Amino acid sequence: MFTMDRTMAFFEIFINGRYYETVLDGLYNTILLSLIATGVGLAIGLVVAVSQILKVESDNRFIKVFVKVFKFITKVYVDIIRGTPAVVQISFLWLVVLGPLDLPRVLVGGIAFGINSGAYMAEVIRGGIVAIDKGQMEAGRSLGLSYGQTMMVIILPQAIKQMLPALVNEFIVLIKETAIIGFIGGMDLMKAADIMIGNTYNFEIPLIMVAIIYLMLTSILTWFMRGIERRLNKQG
Amino acid sequence: MIRIQDLRKSFGELEVLKGITDTIFQGEVVVVIGPSGSGKSTFLRCINKMEDATSGDILLDGNSILRSDVDINKVRQKVGMVFQHFNLFPHMSVLDNITLAPIKVKGMSKDEAQKVAFDLLDKVGLRDKANEYPSRLSGGQKQRIAIARALAMNPEVMLFDEPTSALDPEMVKEVLQVILDLANEGMTMVIVTHEMGFAREVGTRLMFMDGGVIVENGNPKDVFDNPQNDRTKLFFSKVL
Repeated sequence: MFTMDRTMAFFEIFINGRYYETVLDGLYNTILLSLIATGVGLAIGLVVAVSQILKVESDNRFIKVFVKVFKFITKVYVDIIRGTPAVVQISFLWLVVLGPLDLPRVLVGGIAFGINSGAYMAEVIRGGIVAIDKGQMEAGRSLGLSYGQTMMVIILPQAIKQMLPALVNEFIVLIKETAIIGFIGGMDLMKAADIMIGNTYNFEIPLIMVAIIYLMLTSILTWFMRGIERRLNKQG
Repeated sequence: MIRIQDLRKSFGELEVLKGITDTIFQGEVVVVIGPSGSGKSTFLRCINKMEDATSGDILLDGNSILRSDVDINKVRQKVGMVFQHFNLFPHMSVLDNITLAPIKVKGMSKDEAQKVAFDLLDKVGLRDKANEYPSRLSGGQKQRIAIARALAMNPEVMLFDEPTSALDPEMVKEVLQVILDLANEGMTMVIVTHEMGFAREVGTRLMFMDGGVIVENGNPKDVFDNPQNDRTKLFFSKVL
């Protein structure tokens, strides 16, 4: 396996064939993919979390039924996403749902992973919201603010602070999970390793190389997350 | 004026309010006392629909607030509430706590709202705390800010839900003084409290509740000095 000759041969091809560009390309896509997925996941997670917490105040029958149906849909969504492998979901979304739309793969991948991540973020966000003392909602409402206003101005700003470490953690999970984007032919770090393996017949170096890059990415984020946690604890 | 007609409230099987009928006139300071579990807080919280009444009616200035087509947010602008645990918004400065609702709900300009806020801060004696965050305030200061926050909406009625129960003893007085000042200005108030001396001093009317009903209702001095009902006598024998 690890012979000097093999390794030298790999790096010769790596440099001459400009495969470092492939790696940078993959890195760029991995980060972009994770960012898009986090954004989409946050938006979905927020809607799902709020829908699960929401209490209907109106007596309007249409609104009541609508909210009930919406709650049901979001619950089914969460159950499906949590109960099936991500790779199946991504493939399904790519091949069946989003594929025919002829969008860039990184965007489709981002949306697909976002849909996956949203189910997990919903739980983080829901937990963050219900952890806020219910007196906060009462105080906001007693002043004449609507449920939505109180949520946006009073509850969520406090909840987001609580959720931040868990959300950064979800971003770290996404950076690693997006490695399965290759299943739908997308380009990312893992795919870059794949390409190098195919062209150099060297398995060990490309895999170790991308593993180190993944590790560096997640380490930086973990360090960042600890920093946030420390700051929050100080404020607490 | 608030008219309460045969107000009932159940939590599941448990009926907490068993038919409350009363009228609170403008300028009255109604002090509600009674043993814990008597329904006094629930009664108070029904008045601004923090709790949904199970049956009966509540009329504010002649209009029912329980009808489904009533905009409850409009009603709550007229009814200020002060909570036992203050419930200040910890992520906002004192000034922002007070100006939030006037700006968001009443559409006041920021300058105007801040002017109102500073006037109120003067009133509760905390102008110098305008830019502090709630976590840096003592309990008594927090509650005075909470009162200022409720007053910023210029309500017709103020509801106080055990405003001093969560305070250290040495801070009770400063909060009661603010409430007393309000009473002297003629603010209509309903106050749930365990402070008997204060109840006697500030109340224009005393309501003794037990078991979800109003047992005794009248001039505080009369009720304190000459309680008619055995339950009232028993309660006073324990707390006075």
